[in-house]
Amino acid sequence: MKNTHDTQSIFELSKPGRRAARLPACDVPERKISDLLPAAAIATAPPALPELAEPAVIRHFVNLSTQNMSVDTHFYPLGSCTMKYNPKRNERAAAMPGLADLHPYQPAETLQGMLEMLYELQEALQEISGLEACSLQPAAGAHGELAALLVAAAYFRDLGENRTKVLVPDNAHGTNPASAAMGGFEAVTIKTTSDGFVDLDDLDANLDDQVAVLMITNPSTLGLFEPNMQEIADRVHRAGGLIYLDGANMNAILGISRPGDFGADMQHYNPHKTFSGPHGGGGPGAGPICVTEKLAPYLPAPVVVKESRVAGCESREEKRKAGDSRLTTHDPQLPLFRLDYDRPKSIGRVRSFFGNVGVLLRAYAYIRSHGPDGLRRVSENAVLNANYLLSRVKHILPVPQGNRCMHEFVASAADIKRDKNISAMDMAKRLLDFGYHAPTVYFPLTVPEAMMIEPTETESKETLDAFAETLFRVTEEEANLLHEAPHSTPVSRPDEVRAARQPVLSYPE
Amino acid sequence: MKPEELLYAKTHEWVAIAEENGTKVATLGISAFAVEALTDLVYIDLPKVGQKVEAEQPFCEVESVKAVSDVYSPLEGEVIAVNDALPDALETLGSDPYGEGWVAKIKIADEAGLANLMDHTAYTKQCEES
Repeated sequence: MKNTHDTQSIFELSKPGRRAARLPACDVPERKISDLLPAAAIATAPPALPELAEPAVIRHFVNLSTQNMSVDTHFYPLGSCTMKYNPKRNERAAAMPGLADLHPYQPAETLQGMLEMLYELQEALQEISGLEACSLQPAAGAHGELAALLVAAAYFRDLGENRTKVLVPDNAHGTNPASAAMGGFEAVTIKTTSDGFVDLDDLDANLDDQVAVLMITNPSTLGLFEPNMQEIADRVHRAGGLIYLDGANMNAILGISRPGDFGADMQHYNPHKTFSGPHGGGGPGAGPICVTEKLAPYLPAPVVVKESRVAGCESREEKRKAGDSRLTTHDPQLPLFRLDYDRPKSIGRVRSFFGNVGVLLRAYAYIRSHGPDGLRRVSENAVLNANYLLSRVKHILPVPQGNRCMHEFVASAADIKRDKNISAMDMAKRLLDFGYHAPTVYFPLTVPEAMMIEPTETESKETLDAFAETLFRVTEEEANLLHEAPHSTPVSRPDEVRAARQPVLSYPE
Repeated sequence: MKPEELLYAKTHEWVAIAEENGTKVATLGISAFAVEALTDLVYIDLPKVGQKVEAEQPFCEVESVKAVSDVYSPLEGEVIAVNDALPDALETLGSDPYGEGWVAKIKIADEAGLANLMDHTAYTKQCEES
């Protein structure tokens, strides 16, 4: 079982002179490169590129791709990440040449279809959040947090109020205090109770006229809906502050409760979680934000707006339904979509062009293909699946906060660590041997030996049962076997300390 | 130093009080329990000598492969020495948390914070309950 098939890097496979393609003979007169380029622009030695035949290149990358664990290959209960299956129709839609081949410098008149979709996505996100305005620009969830906090800062500056503090509960994602600091605020931690909810006494103790924003994740990282949400929002609003909702866990409440209705003034979405965008790979991502009407003037510019070219004009869709064949973008009967830069109070751009359109179009396709009722069913099934898995896992590992949950729950390996010296990390590593991606471990920090499990709505009962049975089997195994797990992967346990302290970032070193 | 003879903060720092040249000095470190809970450490941001510290406020940061954590000063005072060897030998925090793994020495300005500290028995109980 020990790892023997370590993957070599493509540089190690290289042999001088090997090649995958031969260029045809040159059919134009040759000239010396030194006649064409200044000396400073000419390299003195060829770049250190690997030299391989085509089959070796193909085998190398195809084999590498099979080492990956993905939602397409494995159950992936990575808490807080909402690793739901990504429907392939979203990929097909976003890859259509009429969308994928657009150039960002094309005139808006030639981009009407894409702009219309982005406009409708803005409208859909506003409706889902219960807020009045939207910016699609931020390139990731944390970027959305930062953009929203800059919007809040601009709002308070406009009011002439000097508010310097952002309150963040201690079970929040680490991005919350980081965004507050990046936005020029002081991040102040608010305690949570042993039940996992915001400690109202500690909130009161820190609430004053210096507080700009309370950032809250609801449902929380413990998979719990904050029972005092309205009270918390009321207290912050009475103190003149704003509520920011970290939308990481929207998958639990789509079409059921709206952040704008429970007191949020701003929120971001993580389309890669909630709306089945692709995960990982370092992006590109998207982190659209929605805000209330009073904050709308400060949103990043430009935003997509819809203008009537003639009074009473219908939407493209209505015209199509009515059998109107004149559907060119130059049809004066149709509304015009354009980018509105004329926003004097805007914080300005936070991303070039239109944001990461490919990811936004996938979210649009997901939202439109589900519709309002479908999105509600997504959340109902996500919560049902999580509660079903919770009901099985709690007999294997204690779940300190709760007999019920929203979209995820946090089990603790603290007891088994004490009794058998098996840590959450050991169990997570061992699950890889059984073909499961590990749950999130050691987060949130408020639960010792945390294992954060989020099954999502796209898993069957059989998958959840098999996972619970495997988790139980792992807890019954010998500690020594787990300490050295995983046993079946090309690399067992990387040296994380050395990777952080002495990273090797190039090849050859 | 023997862990049984030290005082502990509820935020897992240990404190040893001693007289040096007529002033009261507190040596601060991180408890063995906390070092283990932090998992593998990769970085420490030590305070500067001469820096003023406030009771129950962060004065130092440790980063593990999982998270960045604040280290709190149990007492108000001024940093008079730091363990310069630590950043390049973080394993000392785990191998000798109460000796070579000390973090900083503080000239105590106000002893009020002492009343909030626990003895070893009370601290061990806190760790078992967490």
